[in-house]
Amino acid sequence: MAALTYHAPTTLDEAISLIANASLPAKVMSGGTDLIIQMQRMLQTDRLIVDVKKIPEMTAATLDEGGLKLGPALCCAKLTRRQDIKALYPGLVEAAYLIGSTQVQGRASVGGNLCNASPAADTIPALIANGAICLVEGTNGRRRVPVEAFVTGVGQNCLEPGEMLASLEIPQPLPRTQDAYLRFIPRTEMDIAVAGAAVSLTLDEDGICTAAKVAIGAVAPTAIVVPDAATALIGSRLDETALTAAAAAASDAANPISDRRGTVAFRRHVVGVLTRRAATLAAERVGALR
Amino acid sequence: MKAHVSTTINQEPVEFLCDPAETLLKVLRDNLGMTGTKEGCGSGDCGACSVMLDGELVCACLVLGVEAEGARIETVEGVASADHLHVIQEKFLEHAALQCGICTPGLIVATKALLAENPNPTEADARYYLAGNLCRCTGYDKIIKAVMDAAETMRQGEAHE
Amino acid sequence: MSEARAFKHIGQRTIRPDGFDKVTGKANYGADMSMPGMIWGAILRSPHAHANILSLDTTRAEASSDVLAVATFQDFPSVNDAAAAAGTLKSSLMETAENILAKNKVLYHGQAVAAVAARTEAAATAALALIDVEYEPLTPVLTIDAAIADDAPLLHPTMMTQGLLEPATEPSNIAARMELKKGDIEAGFAEAEVIVERSYNTPTVHQGYIEPHATVVRFDDNGPSTIWCPTQGHFDVRARVAQLLNLELGQLKVVASEIGGGFGGKTTVYLEPVALILSKKSGRPVKMTMTREDVFRASGPASASQSTIKIGAKMDGTITAMQATLHYEAGAFSGSPMGPGCMTVFTPYDVENLYVEGFDVVVNKPKVAAYRAPGAPQSEFAAEMAVNELAAKIGMDPIDLRLKNAAKEGTQTIYGPKLKVVGLEACLEAAKNSDHYRSSLGEHVGRGLAAGFWFNIGGQSSVIINLNPDGTGTILEGSPDIGGSRASMQMMAAEVLGIAPGKLNPIVADTEHVAYNQTTGGSRTTFATGMAVIEAAESVVDQLKSRAAAMWNVTAEQVEYSDGVAANLAGEDRLSLAEICANAEKTGGQISGTANINARGAGPSFAVHICDVKVDPDTGKTDVVRYTAIQDAGKAIHPSYVEGQFQGGAVQGIGWALNEEYVYSAEGVMENAGFLDYRIPLASDLPPIETIIVEVPNSFHPFGVRGVGETGIVPPLAAVGTAVAEAIGMPVTSLPCSPPKVLELLLSKS
Repeated sequence: MAALTYHAPTTLDEAISLIANASLPAKVMSGGTDLIIQMQRMLQTDRLIVDVKKIPEMTAATLDEGGLKLGPALCCAKLTRRQDIKALYPGLVEAAYLIGSTQVQGRASVGGNLCNASPAADTIPALIANGAICLVEGTNGRRRVPVEAFVTGVGQNCLEPGEMLASLEIPQPLPRTQDAYLRFIPRTEMDIAVAGAAVSLTLDEDGICTAAKVAIGAVAPTAIVVPDAATALIGSRLDETALTAAAAAASDAANPISDRRGTVAFRRHVVGVLTRRAATLAAERVGALR
Repeated sequence: MKAHVSTTINQEPVEFLCDPAETLLKVLRDNLGMTGTKEGCGSGDCGACSVMLDGELVCACLVLGVEAEGARIETVEGVASADHLHVIQEKFLEHAALQCGICTPGLIVATKALLAENPNPTEADARYYLAGNLCRCTGYDKIIKAVMDAAETMRQGEAHE
Repeated sequence: MSEARAFKHIGQRTIRPDGFDKVTGKANYGADMSMPGMIWGAILRSPHAHANILSLDTTRAEASSDVLAVATFQDFPSVNDAAAAAGTLKSSLMETAENILAKNKVLYHGQAVAAVAARTEAAATAALALIDVEYEPLTPVLTIDAAIADDAPLLHPTMMTQGLLEPATEPSNIAARMELKKGDIEAGFAEAEVIVERSYNTPTVHQGYIEPHATVVRFDDNGPSTIWCPTQGHFDVRARVAQLLNLELGQLKVVASEIGGGFGGKTTVYLEPVALILSKKSGRPVKMTMTREDVFRASGPASASQSTIKIGAKMDGTITAMQATLHYEAGAFSGSPMGPGCMTVFTPYDVENLYVEGFDVVVNKPKVAAYRAPGAPQSEFAAEMAVNELAAKIGMDPIDLRLKNAAKEGTQTIYGPKLKVVGLEACLEAAKNSDHYRSSLGEHVGRGLAAGFWFNIGGQSSVIINLNPDGTGTILEGSPDIGGSRASMQMMAAEVLGIAPGKLNPIVADTEHVAYNQTTGGSRTTFATGMAVIEAAESVVDQLKSRAAAMWNVTAEQVEYSDGVAANLAGEDRLSLAEICANAEKTGGQISGTANINARGAGPSFAVHICDVKVDPDTGKTDVVRYTAIQDAGKAIHPSYVEGQFQGGAVQGIGWALNEEYVYSAEGVMENAGFLDYRIPLASDLPPIETIIVEVPNSFHPFGVRGVGETGIVPPLAAVGTAVAEAIGMPVTSLPCSPPKVLELLLSKS
């Protein structure tokens, strides 16, 4: 029978040392909502689990003029209760809120969602739309990787052996900027995204879009940035032409598969619908800013 | 090798040995004989094993037993007091909010968490908060009525104190 | 029953007697049992949907110090089909055995092949890797069309179709054909002024009970072996295990644990015989549980179906002919509910000319089991969709069309009897007068209405009521309680005895403590076991009267008993039930009543459901925004649990209509074997489910009960399907109405 070794270090250095010096395949665990299920399916493999939730900075979330410094292991339930964070990044917080049930929220984290690197991960498009940067720490020091470069494939990330995700830095949004994340699921809750779209928008006083970033999920091996969709929005008042063009750009950028959750045609169509709706919602949010 | 874990369950100190691969659900049910927490899926998709872990509602099947070290756990067995049921439990009975009853312990724990977080939920709030607690018998109608009634009764109780 | 009778307890919303244990976590379900010295069993399952087993070698497992016992098909004593044929159990014993542990062929992915027992659950699971199986994969047959194709690979190379007009000469994947007719179908269509004809299909779905199958078994050489399991019928578990293992019924004791949902899916055996083999071999009690994945892959889901319906009518709405061709998937072994599907399909209609042909088709999927009104949702979905299409075509309100053709007292059914008094017209009138049906519809909202029928059954029930010296008592019954039936039993007994329901403790007794009871199914429990409870209680009343008479030195005829008090008609003497019990020692010993009945006269139940859905025109996502379930209960003993049955059935039907389906790979592997992707309805998916209880009493039951458990799952498929069709302005022919399918319909329209 396979054996599991479990450690719950209280400092980042200790955690890095554990994973760097492990003789067994090592896994960093935050909420464990993906990892525990994966481990049960691989009963025959001995492994080391490094639970990082006892490291204070891994579960902290601080806002300052630079933006949000988010502990990757902070559970989504605690994150979504933070009204101050939600006011700045409503789409990101909503994406975190969409992961699983209330029970899963009590465990799952943004960092775990990111490192698990599912194509359908809800927070990844929202992180990308907000220009989030991963702070990676390892025995060879520290490096900063944009989220869109962090995820390298289905279930794969850029972490080298002995490295872990230590923090997420989400820049302070420009003035008159808001984001939105929408996903499609067959039910109202509990499902994995069939398609998802995150949009961050900046509007000037006249309602003209001056900056935009669009990222879509569940329609390719990784979440993807759609510059053409952003281009379609920038310079417009989010009129029908611009929204239609943005939706079409998202649909064109999509490279989905058919599976138990949706078909290629369905995903391609719906990701356009979501992009249009997310852009509209983000703009409404800017309009509602004081 | 088994790990030794010291924890608190329903306000009582508890120690147990477990394999680090064992979930908290397995530990509760098989090692500690606390079978009130039910297993419906083992993958966090049904909510039958809902428990409170350090104040957060979680599925015990998605927690390792070793994570209980130093934690506070609350299970369905701790909801009623020695001499009376919790209002939520009473309302579930009054409204016939259970048929087979296998989802009921999880729903009781989750409802308690909901009303602690939001004493005045709308029906939609309750339906979304409890979306992770599957019930196949009732169609949820009577469950939601029981939850809303329990919320109102608890608010009135608070107001009278 | 000519007029409404005044009841004291019946019709009240009492607190169920088993409720306290269920809200506190004390109630013990299948997996909650442990026994001293208990070990764990685990099952090796087939990685192929269709394959020959070339070799099965358990040598390495048996040699392992971790493994305490191994079981394979060889451990079934030569199974004797004649024994099964003589019993009440339907499918053949050999097929049952092969479904529990494969013989020389696997017929679905996940089929059990062998089992081991070890000291821990993890050790047992790990030891499965020590069993060596060599397979020869065969092409899987996954759909009705593939199964009935001329060159289809055969699941059972010697299986001949039963029920053909000419005896079959070639083997086939069609296990059976059935034909039912009434009148002259050709003449009926000749008479018609309008014809509607369309084909429909429904997917494989699962009952989705939240409690996985589980059992704890202790073999005992010197007395009955004990089987603890969640089942809808512990007496039938006993019979089936005894047959499989060549035991006498007296060698087995089956204890029905609390059951975490069944809906028909817990009416058979999977783990129990295996655990008994492992327990016998190891000399230890053995616990076995299914994972959720096992439940999906290897218990008994409900049949996928294909149906073609043709209806002929006059422009005034008179239906002149109805014809159906129905195909049901049986899964790996014959025995789909094609029969009841054929029998129910047109029963809501009083039509002269009917013709129904049904086929039972084997495919490489798990062997189906009963699911709430087995067979009826599939066939009646198709019929009700076609009836609604007819209503639209002739411009008639769907309720008016149904009222014009509604089955009523005296209607000759296609399957035999003429209907007695039934409540379909009353349900249709209630629907017509409902607030829901009169309400207007918003944008992108469609409304559907459908009727549904289920027979309900009676059968054998046995009950003992024991009174204690203080006037409290126990009701020993043998019908596993899947939805609150103990409350009904308590109330019916209390009504007869004239005491508070809480004075009586209803217990689902094990097979040793009460005589045979048929399985909880067919909506029979409140009707049939209820009749037994009433009869046993009446027997107690007779004894109470004679005991009181003895105390007063009068004859029993001089004693009247009502409201829990015996009265001496010749004087002022009064004795309460408790007082009579307190004196029982002096009047002949303690008081107990029994009833062993085979209940006849089950009352058919009709329902009408109304559903409003809103469809997102850009994504095809469908939300149910309003829903009303109307059903004839005969008499609602406990209205809350009657409503609960309506609501639960409605929501299972909504799930079937909208999102639930088994998704298979080309290799025959179910790709959504978990609650994440097998999407049953959530609290947030639903509006309140409104209910209207119609009470048209069943004269064969003392209180008028019909049974309410199953009919409620029949109408929702077509009510939802029609609502979606109305909302999108396109015909719906295929369930589920999942977003990709609905979006495709929407896009094909524009």
